[in-house]
Amino acid sequence: MRYLPLTPSDRRQMLTAIGAGSIDDLFADVPKAARLDSLVDLPLAQGELQVERAIGRMAAKNVAAGMVPFFIGGGVYRHHVPAAVDHLIQRGEFLTSYTPYQPELAQGTLQALFEFQTQVALLTGMEVANASLYDGATACAEAVAMAHRVTRRGKAVLSGALHPHYREVCETYAQFSGLRVAALDPTPGAAEEIDIDADTACVVVQNPDFFGALHDWTALAARCHQQGALLVAVVSEIVSLGAVKPPGAMGADIVAAEGQSLGNALNFGGPHLGLFACREQHVRQMPGRLAGQTVDADGKRGWVLTLATREQHIRREKATSNICTNSGLCALAFTIHAALLGEAGLTRLAQLNHAIACTLADRLAEVPGVDVINTGFFNEFTVRLPVPAAPVVDELAEFGVLGGVPLSRFYPGRGELANLLLVAATETATGDDIGQFTHALGEVLR
Amino acid sequence: MTGWSQALTAHPAASAETRTFTGNRGLQIEEKLIFEQDSPGHCGVDLPKPPAHRSRLGGLERRAPIGLPGLSEPQIVRHFTRLSQKNYAIDSGLYPLGSCTMKHNPRLNEKLARLPGFADLHPLQPQATVRGALELIDTLAHWLKVLTGMPAVALSPAAGAHGELCGMMTIRAALTARGDPRRRILVPESAHGTNPATAATCGYEIDPVPNNPRGRVDLGAVRAKLDGDVAALMLTNPNTCGLFEDEILEIAAAVHAAGAFFYCDGANFNAIVGRVRPADLGIDALHLNLHKTFSTPHGGGGPGSGPVALAAPLAPHAPLPWIVRGESGLALAEQAEGPAANSIGRLKGFHGQIGMFVRALAYMMSHGADGLRQVAEDAVLNANYLRVRLQEALSLSYPGLCMHEVLFDDRFLKDTGVTTLDFAKALIDEGFHPMTMYFPLVVHGALLIEPTETESKEALDQFADTVNALAARAKGGDEAGFHAAPRLTPRRRLDETTAARKPLLRWRPEPARQEAAD
Amino acid sequence: MPTLRFTKDHEWIRQDGDTAAIGITDYAQQQLGDIVYVELPAVGATVEAGKEAAVVESAKAASEVYAPVSGEVVAVNDAIADDPGKVNADPMGEGWFLKVKLVDPKALDGLMDEAEYAAYVAEQG
Repeated sequence: MRYLPLTPSDRRQMLTAIGAGSIDDLFADVPKAARLDSLVDLPLAQGELQVERAIGRMAAKNVAAGMVPFFIGGGVYRHHVPAAVDHLIQRGEFLTSYTPYQPELAQGTLQALFEFQTQVALLTGMEVANASLYDGATACAEAVAMAHRVTRRGKAVLSGALHPHYREVCETYAQFSGLRVAALDPTPGAAEEIDIDADTACVVVQNPDFFGALHDWTALAARCHQQGALLVAVVSEIVSLGAVKPPGAMGADIVAAEGQSLGNALNFGGPHLGLFACREQHVRQMPGRLAGQTVDADGKRGWVLTLATREQHIRREKATSNICTNSGLCALAFTIHAALLGEAGLTRLAQLNHAIACTLADRLAEVPGVDVINTGFFNEFTVRLPVPAAPVVDELAEFGVLGGVPLSRFYPGRGELANLLLVAATETATGDDIGQFTHALGEVLR
Repeated sequence: MTGWSQALTAHPAASAETRTFTGNRGLQIEEKLIFEQDSPGHCGVDLPKPPAHRSRLGGLERRAPIGLPGLSEPQIVRHFTRLSQKNYAIDSGLYPLGSCTMKHNPRLNEKLARLPGFADLHPLQPQATVRGALELIDTLAHWLKVLTGMPAVALSPAAGAHGELCGMMTIRAALTARGDPRRRILVPESAHGTNPATAATCGYEIDPVPNNPRGRVDLGAVRAKLDGDVAALMLTNPNTCGLFEDEILEIAAAVHAAGAFFYCDGANFNAIVGRVRPADLGIDALHLNLHKTFSTPHGGGGPGSGPVALAAPLAPHAPLPWIVRGESGLALAEQAEGPAANSIGRLKGFHGQIGMFVRALAYMMSHGADGLRQVAEDAVLNANYLRVRLQEALSLSYPGLCMHEVLFDDRFLKDTGVTTLDFAKALIDEGFHPMTMYFPLVVHGALLIEPTETESKEALDQFADTVNALAARAKGGDEAGFHAAPRLTPRRRLDETTAARKPLLRWRPEPARQEAAD
Repeated sequence: MPTLRFTKDHEWIRQDGDTAAIGITDYAQQQLGDIVYVELPAVGATVEAGKEAAVVESAKAASEVYAPVSGEVVAVNDAIADDPGKVNADPMGEGWFLKVKLVDPKALDGLMDEAEYAAYVAEQG
């Protein structure tokens, strides 16, 4: 078997050295009743060619986003990742290296993480960022837990325009931690009234919000601080920060974001990349790993994992989080893509996304019966159809167009949202794609 | 000695202390931060000009610069290539890291995960357009169910710790549903830190259970602590001392008799895959680490994947989404209704770490039932071989058989002035990543060694010879040499004290020079 | 002469009238290594004998500091918050953690004196 270097001769020699008669002797501590004497009921070993065929056949049954006009967002965005990114992350020294607990053997990983943390802090306008969490939704739940630790208050208020998956994950975690989560109802296109009181640990808002609308949270941040609560700002489309005022400039205390848009493919939902940033005064309450700068025995600059006493391997039941493995390679891909873009590139990429989305909005608004309900947006907005959106999306797929996500997929019980469709356009959408989408939509609605 | 070799020995270049103009040392190249290489306005990506449009940003435009540096593609490629050359990796050498299972990462897995049919698939596409992805997830679930013997598996947890959280949440949900809330979790003292951290996140109190002198969980202590207030016992099997919990059937019986659940941390599944099914051990919930047993790459710290195999009483509480079989084939159930009505809810955005599922399934299919059984056998054989090769020079913590990893402690370093840490740093100069140090906490100065099955006998012999030579050097009195290690790496020992006292967690620009006072 | 006593968890307590200063011993600071951070209670908080009063961290470990006696916190040592190395350099003097107003002025009677503590440390091996 190609991945197993031991030969039968090796095994015999080694058993002799151990003083065992057979391999079964080495499993003597397993209770007899639990020993499997025969192989489990699964196919036998296969060569690369066979495995490629079998898995390739499954892949071929899917409609890849790049094959058709594609306009789906909803918290995961299709951007063009430069070829260099994937080549660099596949270098064995990055792909197959371990967590950098032995810093002398991992300065590559540690320096890249330091650069990543800096990029995330700069993008979000915050003082400090960690070395990644699993994804935006779990980062949001960790932010709520952190606000609870910092303020010692029992309630989190979630905007109705927060991504429903993020809300659901916060609610699941809260079920078990004892924190109370009060989620407002979704009211796309309408303003929200957020109540803050002495029991509020944090208010969680998103910009651009789940329906694509843009907000300035400066006044809300001030209200939160007056009441002793923290403002948690969520960003699910990180490219928006190339064009839009960042949460740090609005007074956010914690930012929980999804970094998938830079460096990472859609991957049918995972692995993605949780970003987490906050004020320096709260750094000892942050979850996740942190890379810090220091010097070595020769006085040369280097990096180490630091503030480890927050983490599970030292603090055990008093840790800020149970997280261990996070999203290291996805963070590296983000770092490389953001480095390739730089200030000028990310600015232009964001402008491009917005411009194409504006074109799409204007073309869609021309289709009879279709209304764009957003006045403001970045690269995603909500559209009202004259009929329920879910069947329309399925019919569009039959036309060969992936035309957005029906809100009913997230809010099945809310009839008032059934005609709403969430649509995104990135730099990967062409004029031709837009034409095909609007044409198909016109046909489906006729 | 010939004149040629004498000349070389005397030559200044033979000294390891050679200074160079650049500070580089041959292939070891110093590399600044990207922020220190900024060419303002420069860019490594060519993007077209945005078409004319009426802005809809509504006054929310960013006013201040972000502060990202600009570089060209050649500079970026060189930057990250140089960084990669400062890293050790499985592709370069053995990682004897206990409880990490650092095995070879097959490149076939990378190729298949990058097929556009998987990588370029959006989780919110209409389900009719993602049938192959659902089939892949369902196939992976089937393989995991057969290997564990459990009837259900929750696939969304993003890593082992996340899987532990999932398992503990289903346990708590099951107890709540039967009107029997309990407050304590029994956790062995040798447990990995994620276990008590997870139990606490789930709202439980931790009640530690000691080991017996044989390095296993003390069955008597377990029985004594089990009462109507214990929700579950969390066990790792084989345990963190590398030993199979041979009283596990009695432990499971005691746990169930007390009305509690039996959670198993499956980090060490590599020792028993294909030879033992967790269901046959009485386990109710078990997380697996796809980035350990099933070879998905560690990537310098993730991404991982931590699916949780569940026994029948816990299955109804599995997190969303579920993959269900309907009339038109497989479908995603994303709401807590119908068969999923008692789900604990969602633990993560979208559907799970699909990219890791492709890799793990490719690995499993490559090995097959026969290959996976061979994996466990070779893993256990390799660890026992290292045990006998090292047990004279080092101090074996528990005599007798080990499973896929072997535990030593620092008694062999007594009176040498060399600590476990120093020993590990000296191993680095020899070209090896150190073994797991100071874990588990149940022995002093632990050294936990797990070679995995993808190491050849030659690699094991070289490692054992090196460790034995270092042990002899330590006992021979070379304290100073060990304290100075490592000497040959791009950076020597780093000041972790100052890094923690005065954390510097990001680059900041130099403050602008003050204008001279007039 | 202020009364000096020690606990099995390697805290020291020095009583002067109805207040007492509390810190960790030289043995404790040696075991921990370089101290990087201390978490001190707020002035005005109450501490309970045998319960956590403070936390002391090195790069690789975090340890609870237990209150040897019950009382109200009347002062905390901000100097060690700014420079945790003082705990290593002078654990019995400048490295003090907190001062409490004692609930029970006789509370120190049950604790080890200097000689008993020295013997206890010798046993630790």
